[in-house]
Amino acid sequence: MFILKPRKSVPLSLTLLVPIVAIALTLMMGGVIFGFLGYNPIEALYEFFVAPLSRPDQIGNLLVKACPLIIIGTGLVFCYRANVWNIGAEGQLVLGAMGAGWLALSFPDAQSPLFILAMAAAAMVAGGLWGAIPALLKIRFRTNEILVSLMLTYVAALLLDWIVRGPWRDPMSFGFPLTKTYPDAGLIPALILPGIGRLGQLHWGVVFAFLIAACGWFYLSKMLSGYQIKLMGDAPRAGRFAGFSQPRNTIAVLVISGALAGLAGMIEVSANIGQLQPNVSFGYGFTAIIVAFLARLNPLAVIVAGLVVALAELGGDTAQISMGIPKVVTGIFKGILLFMLLAGETLTRYELVRVKAHHTQDQQGRS
Amino acid sequence: MFDELLLTVLLTSVPLILAATGELVVERSGVLNLGVEGMMLMGAVAAFGAASLSGSPYIGIVSGGLAGMAVAAVFALFVLGLATNQVATGLALTIFGTGLSGLIGAPLVGQAIDGLPSMTLPLLSDIPLIGAFFKLDIMAYLSILIVALTSLFLMRSRAGLILRSVGINHDSAHALGYNVLQVRFFAILFGGFMAGLGGAYLPLVLTPHWAEGMTAGRGWIALALVVFASWQPWRVTIGAVLFGGVTIMQLAGQARGWTIPAQFLSMMPYLATIVVLVTISGRGRNVFGAPAHLGKRFFMTR
Repeated sequence: MFILKPRKSVPLSLTLLVPIVAIALTLMMGGVIFGFLGYNPIEALYEFFVAPLSRPDQIGNLLVKACPLIIIGTGLVFCYRANVWNIGAEGQLVLGAMGAGWLALSFPDAQSPLFILAMAAAAMVAGGLWGAIPALLKIRFRTNEILVSLMLTYVAALLLDWIVRGPWRDPMSFGFPLTKTYPDAGLIPALILPGIGRLGQLHWGVVFAFLIAACGWFYLSKMLSGYQIKLMGDAPRAGRFAGFSQPRNTIAVLVISGALAGLAGMIEVSANIGQLQPNVSFGYGFTAIIVAFLARLNPLAVIVAGLVVALAELGGDTAQISMGIPKVVTGIFKGILLFMLLAGETLTRYELVRVKAHHTQDQQGRS
Repeated sequence: MFDELLLTVLLTSVPLILAATGELVVERSGVLNLGVEGMMLMGAVAAFGAASLSGSPYIGIVSGGLAGMAVAAVFALFVLGLATNQVATGLALTIFGTGLSGLIGAPLVGQAIDGLPSMTLPLLSDIPLIGAFFKLDIMAYLSILIVALTSLFLMRSRAGLILRSVGINHDSAHALGYNVLQVRFFAILFGGFMAGLGGAYLPLVLTPHWAEGMTAGRGWIALALVVFASWQPWRVTIGAVLFGGVTIMQLAGQARGWTIPAQFLSMMPYLATIVVLVTISGRGRNVFGAPAHLGKRFFMTR
């Protein structure tokens, strides 16, 4: 019989090795599945992970795909570090897009260069408030934040669907569920690289994504309130003795991650779409959960993790065209990757120890 | 007219009843499996593929259940064997199941199969108003039988009592000598089989085609339904008919130009679930059967 025994200390090599081994195993298993179903595994892996980067402009598109993943992933790191399980980032993203959209559609003549910042603020408020709902219900009624944030995701998606088909629909849209296009001041401009020019769809939002991840890292590792978040996650009793408030912590992390998801929603719309439509996200809120885990809950690593997962997303697009398989197939890789990472998480924190059954109870291996 | 409407509502609720009953048993054992959507999709594609190859929808039913059970076994391996985080593992299962079913089903798109025939019971089906209850198919009738058996098992049998006790406090159950991991393993397999059956119902009865992601969020509704039913099997049935009714009501409402937008009706299941959560969470412990150790990791001690 095997039991899991907590390690006394986790070697750094293990921390770095886990994501790399996880990625390698994911590629192997993914290849095996493709081979098993009659596809050429080498060709499949090539289409998913090499072909997307064969043109320079695709680097830009990779960064664009990684942008929302990095922003949302950073917010989720805050939550998961605090042991608060927000899985409704997708809904918070949608609310953020709606909050910013409300501003953009209310001021069609906006000219000020600061207008885009006001939209970002509106998005963060809307997303943050949507994230506050599961927090408040958890504190007041002890509801499970996992279930509430998940339910609210569907409510948010339906709300957006209603609003773009109903009250906010552009009367000139010929019946399409689309709002009016945003004023130019409400759009995020393309990022022109010196000497290169435009690189795919690359836009300024990507720069902010990197900044946000860096700020998140600084906050969590260098500031007292960041330490508080981690402490309340790792040892809530010790945190309470230190005078930190558990309810306030829960609200803080859910609002932060909601606000960041909302910001990601605003950036998606303002940089790529330019108007509201029933679908503003391709499941980024859920995919970002994988990013947070791949990054081992470290905001700086979220940047790398975001790029890795974005590559799989981009690969889904290429494979759809070249191999004629649906885009969702990329979920095979994303799913296995998350499985492997979770297993790695356990194996870094615990070691598998063989014990004889019916042994005397001399050591407790509980966390 | 009413008869037809009721029949549609009942048919829509069958996959929800099947998947939610399975998930209910899983959650009663203390495990939260968010992979229902993925397991249903695997069930749907396996059922469609098997029915298409063999020509028999009955083989499709069994294949669907087994496919759901197979991916549930993967979930069990991680959640029980390696004590991974249940929420994240469940999401991984949904993402993986969605992707794998899409790949398996890619060559099946555009094919059609013979669906499951309906079994109209003579005389009973002629009863006015409730005749629709007797115009269903074998899976629908079986689903009610399964709910009844699940209820009996959970509330009236020794094994059911052990399963519930594992969900309420796994450390105590372990100390009493019950094999927590074994109980949960079988509960997860049962949940996978049922989710697979629920998924199989879609191509076998509701729409005789395969389309990627054809469960369209039913797995998440099934999860909501378990909470809505406050972990009581019979309430799942009532909830599923209500939730199914909401779906049909929108379609009927749209046709008649109701003023309530369809989206608000679609929100009802989710909002109702939050309301139920608030109602049952605030009060005293376990009056409503919520498994206290739901979603918590179990580490085996010696």
